[in-house]
Amino acid sequence: MSLALRNVLLGASLLGMLGGVLGSFALLRRQSLLSDSVAHASLPGVVLAFVLTGSKDPLALLLGALAAGVAGALFILLVTRQSRIREDSAFGIVLSVFFGVGIVLLTWVQRSPGGNQTGLDRFLFGQAATLMASDLRLMALFGVPALLLVFLLFKEFKLLSFDRGFAASLGRPVRALEMLLTALLVLVVVLGLQTVGIILMVATLVAPAAAARQWTDDLALMVPLAGLIGGVSGAVGALASHVLPQMPTGPAIVLVATAAFVLSLLAAPRRGLVGELLRRRGVSLRIRRENLLKDLYSEGEAAGGGRVAVPLARLLARRDMPRRCLRRALRSLTGAGLVERTPLGLRLSPAGEVAAAGVVRKHRLWETYLSRFLELDGDHVHRDAEDMEHVLGDDEVAALEERLGHPTVDPHGEPIPPRGAP
Amino acid sequence: MSPAVAILLVGGAVAASCALLGTFLVLRRLALLGDAISHSVLPGIAIAFLLTGTRNTLPMLAGAGALGVLTVFLVEALGRSRRVREDASIGLVFPALFSIGVILVSRFAYHVDLDLDCVLYGEIAYAPWDLLTLGGRELGPRALWVSGGILLANLVLVIALYKELKLGTFDPGLAAALGFSPVLVHYVLMSAVSVTVVGSFESVGAILVVAMLVVPPAAASLLTERLSRMLVLAVLLGLASTAGGYGVARLLDCSIAGAMAAVAGLLFLIAFLFSPSQGLVARLLRRRRLRARLAGQLLMLHLRESGAPRPRADLERRFGWDPATLDRVLRRLRAEGLVAAENGGLRLTAGGGLALREAGLDQVAHRD
Repeated sequence: MSLALRNVLLGASLLGMLGGVLGSFALLRRQSLLSDSVAHASLPGVVLAFVLTGSKDPLALLLGALAAGVAGALFILLVTRQSRIREDSAFGIVLSVFFGVGIVLLTWVQRSPGGNQTGLDRFLFGQAATLMASDLRLMALFGVPALLLVFLLFKEFKLLSFDRGFAASLGRPVRALEMLLTALLVLVVVLGLQTVGIILMVATLVAPAAAARQWTDDLALMVPLAGLIGGVSGAVGALASHVLPQMPTGPAIVLVATAAFVLSLLAAPRRGLVGELLRRRGVSLRIRRENLLKDLYSEGEAAGGGRVAVPLARLLARRDMPRRCLRRALRSLTGAGLVERTPLGLRLSPAGEVAAAGVVRKHRLWETYLSRFLELDGDHVHRDAEDMEHVLGDDEVAALEERLGHPTVDPHGEPIPPRGAP
Repeated sequence: MSPAVAILLVGGAVAASCALLGTFLVLRRLALLGDAISHSVLPGIAIAFLLTGTRNTLPMLAGAGALGVLTVFLVEALGRSRRVREDASIGLVFPALFSIGVILVSRFAYHVDLDLDCVLYGEIAYAPWDLLTLGGRELGPRALWVSGGILLANLVLVIALYKELKLGTFDPGLAAALGFSPVLVHYVLMSAVSVTVVGSFESVGAILVVAMLVVPPAAASLLTERLSRMLVLAVLLGLASTAGGYGVARLLDCSIAGAMAAVAGLLFLIAFLFSPSQGLVARLLRRRRLRARLAGQLLMLHLRESGAPRPRADLERRFGWDPATLDRVLRRLRAEGLVAAENGGLRLTAGGGLALREAGLDQVAHRD
């Protein structure tokens, strides 16, 4: 591995880690876009540091950026505390005005004689390939203590992020902690400018944190996980930009981190969208199955009892349900042996009749309950029972029956099937 | 047309367009959406360029407009999934799209003149020299036609949909109940923002567009409570920033767009400090006045309770104020004839008693 590649890999993963860790707190405190604002706000600081020191010494530029970033963050705090201006507007104001001032200074330096500002504008888009050992040392010098500080003050920061008022009531120095956390955020943003660039810096703070959030509800797990995702994204992105031709580092890192987020958004076990979709589908299939069983049962009741064959068209006419959904539910029912296909149509199997009676039982018990305890009219209870019949569990049904004194007919005079019988 | 006039006209048109739409963005807490759109349209521009092979305005506008709407859609969809909040979803969507754009440009279009700096930081100083020609006739600066057209469209939009925009901004629930379809209005507004951002930043640069979308409307919101006045004020502040910024840029020989953004910031700062109703100074003064009135009332209540005239030293000890504060309070009360000196002490005058009653304090006792 070449020295240059090693520098880039180390730098990008340290940066990703820092971004993930501080980004987690920013995400919880709804300050994700503060990093965007601060990144832009650092430009005048970079240029001023260059003008004042006359050099492109990384430490000077870093301190300049840090000063301007902190000034921007403080201005946001002042404006949102002392006026009706809301956070998003304050972010936008600081972002555009500070950056505008930065551009003014940059072009002014550029046009004044002897001003050689070339290389300053790499801060805009970031150039990880130019990371040198000295840059790396600087990153470690500021970044490692920052991580350590988060580790030491983890409990305080956690309390602050979740319940500021409670933290204050416990006598924690809330203002100071807030300042410190914001300053650390600014520090990470400024450290990353050279690698990722002003515009994309926000993603290295948001994406790993949002990805980690999908996998856990525990901040003590989320923060290290976000650090890990950020670090790996940084390394993979840097490697991709090294291997592929014409692949800028910042965008590569951002795309890898975004891919990690999208993957987490879809596939995380509890909060994942795919899982939710499957769960929701499972529920609606169950509801359709139960409705069909009930329909077949009441067709039988209308015909004087017992299991009767019902043509498909008749089932379709009973419910406003797409044919495709009906077929899928029927397939599932026949597969489970609850419904049989006969030449005359569909018929409940004996096991299906028991299952159907169970659904009808829940429906009619709930109707009875509503009309007796809530004193609703008989014709107002059906709708609600249509929903509850799919939700009530065995225990609730038993309790319901107990309270109602084991009724045998519902408010409409229909018989309530006894437990476990067709 | 002299270059100065052209620059001022283009800048003014962009500022007015942005101020009109930005007012609604600021009120809807979506101030940063303009910033997001101005970055995320890059892949649209790049794809349009790669497909057509030219730098014609129309395909690029179309590509960028499509990406702008896509950005809004993705931000909304992520927010609606309830997994990420709206602000974080802005921070997820635009960097990803911008990254794709940067990669497309640097991999496929790096050898042609699709310069990133140029696309993003297009300099308004060049606007007068890029002329629109139609059938061999020169029709003046192209940017002026584009930004003028966009301004006209935005004016028509805001006037025609004023009621819908207003209701949808302040009370989306009521708007929906009245059948105004706030979602549709939202998308119309966001499409207008996309087109405005895209059409403007080619000629004036993204940073100026973002500044004009947020800063003048935010300043205007500190100066009035009415939407109609806020719109007018935002436009006026935008125009003032344009003119002032141009002057500053001429003076310092620096970036015109940057100077305009900086002047807009200065105007905001002035509004923030000195707005008659909302400004920091007015607030502090109000707070001081309130404190002084409260102190005076406390003192008067105390004098009323005690009945007899009280020596000054007593009051000083009783309230624990430093002598200067007590002096100030007493001076005001005596000047207004509410408290008078008597036998080396102070007592409540009849006027003072009346003032307490008028303040609704006749039932309140202040005991030691």
